[in-house]
Amino acid sequence: MSETWIHIIMVVLILLVLLTIAAGLIYVERRMLAVWQDRYGPNRTGPFGLLQVLADMVKIFFKEDWIPPFADKKVFVIAPTIVMMAVLMSFAVIPFTPGIGVVDLNIGVLFFLAMSSMGAYSVVLAGWASNNKYSLLGGIRGSAQMISYEVFMGLSLMGVVILAGSFNLRDIVEAQRKIWFFIPQIVGFVIFFLAGLAETHRLPFDIPEAESELIAGYHSEYSGMKFGMFFVGEYLGITLISALVTTLYFGGWLGPHFLPPIVWFLIKMFAFILLFILIRATLPRPRYDQLMSLGWKVLLPLALLNLLVTGAVVLYWHL
Amino acid sequence: MNIIFYLSAVVAIYCTLRAVFHKHAVHALLYLIVSLLAVAVVFFVLGAPFLAALEVIIYAGAIMVLFVFVVMMLNRGEAAIQQEKAWLQFSTWAWPAVFVLLLFAEWLYLLFYQPPAVAPVGGNQSIMPQQVGEALFTRYLLGVEMAAMLLMAGVIGAYHIGKQKQRNYHRYLEEEENLRSTASEKQTQQVI
Repeated sequence: MSETWIHIIMVVLILLVLLTIAAGLIYVERRMLAVWQDRYGPNRTGPFGLLQVLADMVKIFFKEDWIPPFADKKVFVIAPTIVMMAVLMSFAVIPFTPGIGVVDLNIGVLFFLAMSSMGAYSVVLAGWASNNKYSLLGGIRGSAQMISYEVFMGLSLMGVVILAGSFNLRDIVEAQRKIWFFIPQIVGFVIFFLAGLAETHRLPFDIPEAESELIAGYHSEYSGMKFGMFFVGEYLGITLISALVTTLYFGGWLGPHFLPPIVWFLIKMFAFILLFILIRATLPRPRYDQLMSLGWKVLLPLALLNLLVTGAVVLYWHL
Repeated sequence: MNIIFYLSAVVAIYCTLRAVFHKHAVHALLYLIVSLLAVAVVFFVLGAPFLAALEVIIYAGAIMVLFVFVVMMLNRGEAAIQQEKAWLQFSTWAWPAVFVLLLFAEWLYLLFYQPPAVAPVGGNQSIMPQQVGEALFTRYLLGVEMAAMLLMAGVIGAYHIGKQKQRNYHRYLEEEENLRSTASEKQTQQVI
């Protein structure tokens, strides 16, 4: 019985830590963007502007939560919860350390892919339920982008699965004791990272919510905490992709012994979160057809080729 | 596990019925998605985690998004709901319902009064992805190859339908292209 309780407490703790990280990222992102663009960023509230998170949260919670009368009310309310649920469920399969993790699932990678494809509904339904042409356009763009990038997101992961011989994320980390998979799977890593950018629709791939053309796209009708859900969901998505890149390609909790495993995991994860922010700070947005043709004409063939070569090498040398 | 099986089975049946009888296309599709998710849970409980994951990824995740996508683009609104109402009359669904009930009765009879002809394959253990892969590429290789050919035909067909001649919206580019095409025609004439 006590083991069950420890497990439940661990799950709740993981949830709290993740939500704290996601909220904290609002501050980190604004501050780091400012640093990289030679500005100050938020620096008035509290020491180094740290209380900005609190101010933002208070603002979001106390804003009027307005449902437009022309919206499809039920779907409008459900849509933002789907993204949060899908992303938080994905965290269930991630092994933070050998001891810390929610579930040890033998189809871990597939579970993540399933949940990320559920996340697409959030964008589609939000765009449709808002009953607003800009939102609808955003929803259409978002769904097309997410469906096409999911295709080779899955394919790029299969290289890792072949090398590790398992869908279980713990086995995948254990298989990286000799060499981290980003060296043999450098192509897969790059493709997965790009697909992750598109999946979380972050700049430069934030075309579903391009402010300059679509006035925030699928969430332009949302306000208050419903908008906050999309907002926090996006940061959770970044954290999830960073945690997955760490687990799949950079050896997860593995590292020299002078630091405990969880610290190694967090260091790697935060490095990738910062990379996400750096990419946002530097790159402009491509056109929509450029995004789609990059996906289908470059990344998909590359992912297939990577899969073929990996499979052939593993078969030939019996790795 | 039995309780989970029956719960998700009830959810699946209820949602499928709602999907059939709902007048609003998008809401009906949402019910269908929930029903597919419930079927995935049923698969998981029956010991096929790989199949459950594929069910969610392919059916609930990819195919249904395309359905929602199309319905969203059409966005027919109130008129479509009226049309659905007109179609859903007793005379339309009475006979199909009778036939389905007949099949259901047959199935119930077989379930309760006949011994199963074939014992379940896996027994009570769950089937790992490796086993599925092995079976697919040894015993059922022919099926995999045929599915691959079908997909290839689909890809080629989609490419053919989607192929467009590049259109230039600028006069300058158009002229340039005309020049180029006449030049190439001249070349071919010279070759001939």
